Amino acid sequence: MKIEHGDVYKISPHHRFQWEEAQNCYVILFPEGMVKLNPSAGEILNLVDGKNTVLDVITSLKNKFKDAGDIDKDIISMFEFALEKAWITKD
Amino acid sequence: MASLNNGVESNVTQTQPLWLLAEITYRCPLHCAFCYNPTDYADYTKNELGTDEWIKVLRDARKLGALQLGISGGEPLLRDDIEDIVVEANHLGYYSNLITSGVGLTEKRIDAFKSGGLDHIQLSMHDITEEISNFVTDTSTFKLKQKVAAMIKDRGYPMVLNVVIHRYNIGHIKEILEMAEALGADYVELANTQYYGWSLINRNQLMPTKEQIDEAEKITNEFREYIGNKMKIFFVVPDYYAERPKKCMNGWGEVFMIVTANGDVLPCHSARVLPDMNFPNVTNNDLKEIWYDSTAFNKYRGDDWMKEPCRSCSEKENDLGGCRCQAFLLSGDAEAADPICTKSPHRHLIDQALEDSKNERLQAQPIIFRTDKNSKEIIQGEHKERLKDFKALP
Repeated sequence: MKIEHGDVYKISPHHRFQWEEAQNCYVILFPEGMVKLNPSAGEILNLVDGKNTVLDVITSLKNKFKDAGDIDKDIISMFEFALEKAWITKD
Repeated sequence: MASLNNGVESNVTQTQPLWLLAEITYRCPLHCAFCYNPTDYADYTKNELGTDEWIKVLRDARKLGALQLGISGGEPLLRDDIEDIVVEANHLGYYSNLITSGVGLTEKRIDAFKSGGLDHIQLSMHDITEEISNFVTDTSTFKLKQKVAAMIKDRGYPMVLNVVIHRYNIGHIKEILEMAEALGADYVELANTQYYGWSLINRNQLMPTKEQIDEAEKITNEFREYIGNKMKIFFVVPDYYAERPKKCMNGWGEVFMIVTANGDVLPCHSARVLPDMNFPNVTNNDLKEIWYDSTAFNKYRGDDWMKEPCRSCSEKENDLGGCRCQAFLLSGDAEAADPICTKSPHRHLIDQALEDSKNERLQAQPIIFRTDKNSKEIIQGEHKERLKDFKALP
């Protein structure tokens, strides 16, 4: 599925996304599994809340990380990856 | 702590017990022929930890980084405090899973679990036929399980079905998957029997042929293509037909911690069979010290303990020598290579087991079901003929 700027995604049902103090990272939890997320994946999924559009996420992260340069593509590919893994679903 | 360590060097690692399995009781209304619980479990049914003790275990393990909580048994629903444990687990931020046969799951209890924040329920199913389902569990629970499956789905839980595969149901893989689809399962685990505890003493009766396994895997792959993302299917390949062992528990003391009904802490489900091991108990040891410093948890961490052929093996990182329990149960040496490995000097024991499983005389022996009576008899030294090939059973 193609990711569009206007799409709104949320964390999939039966999945839980949370910050883990002990691991110092965001994790995603689901039946029979868990994934420790790298910092950028964690920052992106933290904004996937069923309200923000993909564009909102991009804008927000560009404001937060001003020196990061052109991160649009990376964010879109993270959305694609998370969708393929079924961590997120279209709202 | 040195007193727990007995001179075994603590490895400096980044290990964290990400998975906590609470084997909250060994009592069980089912008597499954393939149960991995120890055959002498009847010795451990007393002195179950109380609710407060379990809550302390949950808190302490969470501090160590535990995230995934399995509430298992035996049948956990035989305890009436699972509701309290679920509430605390949710409060602490665990992703919690009730692993159940379904016996004892009422409308009232499932509502309490839902409102208490239990994340999912893993239900064991055994076959599409009432006859075989009831036979391998030595109970009449087939219809009840169907009802419970509907109840789980109705409450909006992800439906996780676990089906242990053996000779009696391996011919029904397609029908089992169709049943799972009809029940609306989100995840199906087709777990080929691994041979520990009760399944080990019933190995000749349970083990399917290589052809049956290959056919089952083929059918599973075809079904996966058909069903796509709608239902996730795990096919757990049986050890005995492999050429290399599995990386058991993802490594001893790496990510997995089991607390048993009486509070003993184990690095894997069947570690109790190992010789000269003194597993620490949560009632008189700190969980953090148990995980990081105890002799038991350090004994097979990493690869310092290895002997040849593992020590110099170029593949040792892949499987860390396989399963210590399997090595000991079959070869009598807990530090030997897992006999599954074709490089193991004990591989002939596996090949013999595969031959024995085709022997009609051995197949025809009665199954010894997991019952208190059988467990007590085994503890008292009965059933010798069936146990003589296995090193760790009394």
